[in-house]
Amino acid sequence: MSENKGEIKKMMIILSKATLENVYAAFVLANGARMEGIDAEIFFTFFGLEAVHKKKMNGLHIATVGNPAMHMPTMIGGLPGMEAFATKMMKKEMEKLDMPEVPEFLEILSDSGVKMWACKLAFDMFHYKKEDLFEGVNDIITVGDFYKKSEGEGVHMLFI
Amino acid sequence: MERTIAGKTIAVNDEGYMTDFKQWDKSIGEALAAENEISLTPRHWEVLEYIQKEYVNEVPLSIRKIGKSGVVDIKEFYVLFPKAPLKTATKIAGIPKPASCI
Repeated sequence: MSENKGEIKKMMIILSKATLENVYAAFVLANGARMEGIDAEIFFTFFGLEAVHKKKMNGLHIATVGNPAMHMPTMIGGLPGMEAFATKMMKKEMEKLDMPEVPEFLEILSDSGVKMWACKLAFDMFHYKKEDLFEGVNDIITVGDFYKKSEGEGVHMLFI
Repeated sequence: MERTIAGKTIAVNDEGYMTDFKQWDKSIGEALAAENEISLTPRHWEVLEYIQKEYVNEVPLSIRKIGKSGVVDIKEFYVLFPKAPLKTATKIAGIPKPASCI
C-alpha cells in the first residue's frame, strides 16, 4: 500500500460468469470507478463473454440454484421458469434504482471510457465470431496481453 | 465550515461541496472550476445549468440520467469534466455530491 499512498489508478476487472448478479457487479464496479476518475477495464472470459455477446446479453438470468442468498430451497429453484421469474423480479427492482439493462449499461460503460477485452481462449472455445460481440469491445486478447495491460502503479485486479 | 472564494464567504462540507446553494453565483462557479483545472465554456454552462435545475426539482442525478438528458451525452460529459465528471460538475454547480452508484 506504500505506492501512491495506496491511491487506486486503474481497476482491471475479470468477469468469468454470465449470471446477471455477477455481470451487474462487474458493470457497477467499472462504472463506479470511472465516476471517481479511476480508469477501468473489463476482461470477459469463459461464460462472462456472454455479457458482450449481442444475441445472449438480453437473456442473462440470475442463479436460483446454488445461490444460498436466494433463500430458496434448491429443488424449488430448479423448477422450470423459476430463473426467469426471479430475473424478472430482480430487473423490476433494479429499474426502480435507475439500473439500466445489460445492452444500455454496456453503452454507458463504453461512453465512459471503460476498455473491454474479450478472452481469446473463451472466444475460440465458444466458436464466437467478431461480429457476435458488442461494438464497444476493444479487442480479443490473450491472458498474457491482459497482464501486460495491467502493469503500472496503483492498478488493482478483481476476479468476478 | 466556511471558506472565502471569489471574494465571497460560502459554507462548504469537508469535501469542499457547498452546503447552501443560495450562496452560489457564477463567479463562485468560475472560481470552483479553476480549482478543478477546468475553464468553463458555454457548453459547460449548459450542463451546469441543467444539473442545477435537476437539483432544484429534487431529481436525483446519475450518469445514466445525464446521458438521457438531451443536454449532453455521456461521452461529451467525460470530455467536459474529465476526472470524475458528476462529482466535479456538482461541486462547481454548488450542489451536493450525488449519492448514486450509477
